[in-house]
Parts: sequence; C-alpha cells; structure tokens
Amino acid sequence: MIHRFANPTRFLAIAKPLTPLLFYSGLIMVLGACGWGILYSPDERLLGNTVKFIYIHVPFAWLAIGGWTGIAISSIAQLVWRHPLASIAARAIAPIGAIFAALCIITGSLWAKPTWGTWWVWDGRLTSVLVLFFLYLGYIALANASSDKGQVSRVTAVYGVIGAVNIPIINRSVIWWESLHQKASITLSGSSIDSTYLLPLFISVIGFTLIFSATVIMRMRSALANIKIEARMRRMAEDTQDIGA
Amino acid sequence: MKPKHQRLLLAVIAVIGLLVASLIAINALSDEASYFYTPATLNDQEVEIGKAIRLGGMVKQGSIQSAKDGVTINFIVQDKDQEQLVRYTGVTPNLFVEGSGVVADGRLDKDGIFIADNLLAKHDENYVPRELQDIDMGNSQALEKSVIQ
Repeated sequence: MIHRFANPTRFLAIAKPLTPLLFYSGLIMVLGACGWGILYSPDERLLGNTVKFIYIHVPFAWLAIGGWTGIAISSIAQLVWRHPLASIAARAIAPIGAIFAALCIITGSLWAKPTWGTWWVWDGRLTSVLVLFFLYLGYIALANASSDKGQVSRVTAVYGVIGAVNIPIINRSVIWWESLHQKASITLSGSSIDSTYLLPLFISVIGFTLIFSATVIMRMRSALANIKIEARMRRMAEDTQDIGA
Repeated sequence: MKPKHQRLLLAVIAVIGLLVASLIAINALSDEASYFYTPATLNDQEVEIGKAIRLGGMVKQGSIQSAKDGVTINFIVQDKDQEQLVRYTGVTPNLFVEGSGVVADGRLDKDGIFIADNLLAKHDENYVPRELQDIDMGNSQALEKSVIQ
C-alpha cells in the first residue's frame, strides 16, 4: 500500500488535477468563512471584536503543528521504507510550515496586545511555538545543505523525527504549566466556543488546510520536474561527450 | 530479519526513547516552566518577601476596591480554594474585570499583600457572544458595565 504512490509518474497523474481543485475550493472556503466571520460575528463578551482573530490564528497554529507532523511522518517513511516521495514531501512542507508558524505568532501577538496588554510573554505555549518556528528554519537549512535535487539527507530526516518531540509539548504546554495563553477550547469532550464563532472557524480551518495541501503538492511537482530536467540534462551531456569521443 | 524490519525496529526504539527523555525533562521542569504562581502554589512554596514573581488567577467577584488616592486598587486573586490580596497602582487593562483572569508582576510585602507593578489580563477558553452572556453568567450586569467602560 505504502508503495502505491511511490511511482512518481502515478503520483503526478493524480497530483496535477488535484492541485487546482484543492487550491480553489480552499480559497473559496477561506474567503467565505473569514468574510462572513469578520463582517457578521457578534462581539465577544470580554474580547469585543478582537475575537475575529480566531478565524486566522487557529488555522495558522493548527497547520504549523500539522506541517511538522507531516515532516515527521515523511521522515520515518524515508528512513524505514526508503519511500522515494517521502523526502520530497517533507522538503515541500518545510517552508510553508515555517510561514504558517510565523503567521500564527504574528496574529497571536496582534491579538495579545489589546487583550493581555502585551505583545509577547515567555510562557509555555508561546515559547514552544517559537521553538517550532526555529525548528522549521533548522530543517530548511539542513535540507538545503543536503542535496539540490528536492530530496533530503538521512541526517535531515532524523532531525525531522527528533523535532516532533516539540509537538506534544506545544499541545500540553497550557495544561502542564500555568500559562498566559488560554487552555484548549476544542477538545475531544466538546467545545467551549459558541456556535456563532465555531462554524466559520471550522470552515476556515478546512479551507486553509486545503490551500496548505495544494501548495505542498505544487512544490512536490516542481521538485519532481527539476529532477526530471536534471536527469535529461545529464543524459544530453553524456550523449555529446560520446559524440565528441 | 530483513533490513527494512531492522530499520523499523530502530525507528520505533528511537521514538520511544525520545518520548521517555522528553517526559523526564518536562517532569523536571514542571514548576520552573510555569509562567506564574497561583494563590495555592504561592502559599505552598513560601516564596520569599520582595522576590520578583508573577501571580495569576481569577479576580474575585466584588473584591475590587479603589483607594482614596483614586489610582490605587485592592483586589483579591483566587484559584479553586485559596485567595491572595493584591494592591496595584496604575491603569488597568481593558479586560480587567471582576470574575476574569489576571496575571500580576510584583512581589509579596511583609504584611503578605502582593504588590503588583504590572497587570496582564488573561482570557479563558470560553468564547461567548455579548448578547448571550445573560444566560451564561450569573452577574452579567456588573460585567457588562465594566466592559462597556
């Protein structure tokens, strides 16, 4: 099963029509949910209209964490099964995950100033998300150092697995340690967010996830295309050498 | 054993090892990584007088009292079972109301009062529209008044 899509040609045949489908349906959902949420959400009892940050901050946070989870799973697939697309997927995720982590921190900070009275505090949640952002930068640096063919070295994959330790820390940080950041509102046992906010939030999260996936697939396709170009160039170079000899 | 299975075993062992290591580290960090003391942990740990710390909890209903000078307030921060008297001079954050969360920078004085230099408001995990708060909160009028101000 895991090797079904190992063949890049088969992957590309599915990925090509999937990219615009995911991207545009995601875009429509994000614009719809955020437009509706920002224009029509009622003020929250304490937060007032800054509650509207929820529609972008939560998807950014979720995808920053989800992105590294994807890198970790791909890294294991690369190390254990030598799956040919795994390292390409992980490398495609890294910069997008980094951007989402940065957006999560920026939107959180903009919300925190009027709410808490400060842009930033060094509590468990904020610090562990900042660590996640730096882990992404480290991954990108290691990936760039390892190869220029869209794949990554095994050291990079090991780093991707080790970095995943931070994921449960981010998730549990508000429970293990007293933090200024609020605890989770949406848990397995339900939600403490009123449904007027929850519905657009839900659609926005799905929409951003689709856009994230479309961008990752787009980057994977471009990496595979580069590999193909390089192989062709090498063949052409060898051919001319043969003629010359 | 095939090399693939060997690598899988190695990966599983490595992941388990990492999890155990991080759990040990987190356990060792447990209190140091907290951003603030609650009234209960403050009492338990006998924090020395004058040491810069943070105190967090809920502002007790009906506890905010203005002093004669007009800029100093006294209020009680509470957690589930303990309380701490706090004194603060200055402008309070917009979200600072009775029944809401607060984190104060400051120190204990010799009378056991927490002298705050700075207040941060803490939002909890509940998101409720303003129109619905009468149903959800017992004493919404006081809250509404202070929010509108």
